[in-house]
Amino acid sequence: MQIRHKIAGGDFTRAGNVASAVKKILQQLNIDHKQSKRIVIALYEGEVNVVAHAYSGVVDVDIDSEKVRITISDKGPGIKDIEQAMEEGFSTATPQVREMGFGAGMGLSNMKRNSDFMEIRSVPGEGTLVELINYIRPDAS
Amino acid sequence: MKISEIISALNLKVISGDKGLKNEVTGGYVSDLLSDVMGNAREGNVWVTLQTHQNVVAVSALKDLAAIIIVKGLAPDNDTIEKSNIENIPVLSTELDTFNITGRLFELLNKK
Repeated sequence: MQIRHKIAGGDFTRAGNVASAVKKILQQLNIDHKQSKRIVIALYEGEVNVVAHAYSGVVDVDIDSEKVRITISDKGPGIKDIEQAMEEGFSTATPQVREMGFGAGMGLSNMKRNSDFMEIRSVPGEGTLVELINYIRPDAS
Repeated sequence: MKISEIISALNLKVISGDKGLKNEVTGGYVSDLLSDVMGNAREGNVWVTLQTHQNVVAVSALKDLAAIIIVKGLAPDNDTIEKSNIENIPVLSTELDTFNITGRLFELLNKK
């Protein structure tokens, strides 16, 4: 099963809509509750990152019998130093975004903690691609 | 304990999300950082915060939280109210600050 959603950069009123749509699908498919919750957390954080930092993004969700694979690709400023971006507390969010309670530098580490596999590729000035995999059959990992 | 029992015990004002008043409460979480709540709050928790924008309802819905308590009499945005009615997650209000409402909530939930 493949689902594609678009994300508009800067539109905080819709942040979480993709995660919400995917959550409903995971529930319909009866995916393990604990793993579903992890997927929703990781996807939400990825979605918010696109809203907070990029101009536009696309989320692709690919569900098969073994795993849920999510790729989030955006057009945006990219990440210069991925290792630094992964550090808990590091953030480049604007003061306005932080006042809303976003941009605490916890997003990427939340994504890492709530996925079985995560890879980030980024070209500064062009954009970022994040791949997340969560195995939904315990013996498949 | 149900949200409705917490409302009467702590004298909270119901702003919206009335259909969720029978939600069962498992505990509480206190934070104004959305990623912190996303990563650490548990299903059925009551969330105490000073944030008033609609993203608090989005986070609560994704995490299956029981209700949101907004502190210091702060008024939630209109779209927060609308979204809470759609998601059936009660938005509650108190005049107390975070320290005082959390203390009372903790005492209430741990009283047996």
